[in-house]
Amino acid sequence: MSGTDIAFFLLALAAIAGGVTMLQLTNVVHMVIALVMTFVGIAGLYVLLSAEFVAVVQVLIYSGAITIIMLFAIMLTRHHTDERERPTTGGVWHKAVAALSVIAFGLAVYFGIRQLDFGADGSALSGDNAKAIGKSLYSYYTIPFEIVSVILLVALIGAIVLAKKDGKGAEDE
Amino acid sequence: MTLSAYLALALILFCIGLYGALTKRNTVIVLICIELMLNAANINFVAFAKYGAHPSVHGHVFALFAIAVAAAEAAVGLAALIAFYRSRKTVQVDEANSLKH
Repeated sequence: MSGTDIAFFLLALAAIAGGVTMLQLTNVVHMVIALVMTFVGIAGLYVLLSAEFVAVVQVLIYSGAITIIMLFAIMLTRHHTDERERPTTGGVWHKAVAALSVIAFGLAVYFGIRQLDFGADGSALSGDNAKAIGKSLYSYYTIPFEIVSVILLVALIGAIVLAKKDGKGAEDE
Repeated sequence: MTLSAYLALALILFCIGLYGALTKRNTVIVLICIELMLNAANINFVAFAKYGAHPSVHGHVFALFAIAVAAAEAAVGLAALIAFYRSRKTVQVDEANSLKH
């Protein structure tokens, strides 16, 4: 077993443990913090896959920005004290049906992917990752890149319009 | 490490996210479970970029696009959550069951 395999198993364990912990916890803030472990583990997996730039972006956007915005949303909204009693929708049957469906879906996909191998040894990508991504973004992917900037602008304006107090609501309060 | 190990890991993370999104009652947790599912898809993109039939950097670019769209989705989703909380004083999914307030 090589060092890469050990690193893969440790990072995969961290990612899955974060997800399972998130499902088990009851406090909402703790759940988001547990998800940070998953996001950091996934960033480590990107480094193993020789995608250093994507790993840095993952840490910046997911572990940084999205976690903070989720924590802000939790702090800005009130949380009932009876959260502990009923953190999930429906009863036992609802959960059992959901779990069985998810497990069936997982098994169906797993039988499709377990033998998948394209014979690539993974040596094609090495070094100068950010340079190659930059060249690709500004030549081959110029139009999608510009469209993403429009999407971000629309999301910014849409978020402001949605979260802004409308005049009628402000008068009511 | 082979391709199928990464795909299996992404599948497990996707299933965790799917189960959480189907059963959790808090809207913030449902949103963050959706982020987890998008992350599993990104692992697949990057794994195929290295071990796929045509290894290239295009998978990385696609993962970056997916991350940008996921960030926009999180911002809009949370803004909608704040608007919903303002009118209904709750953030539970099963109480968001009417179009009028």
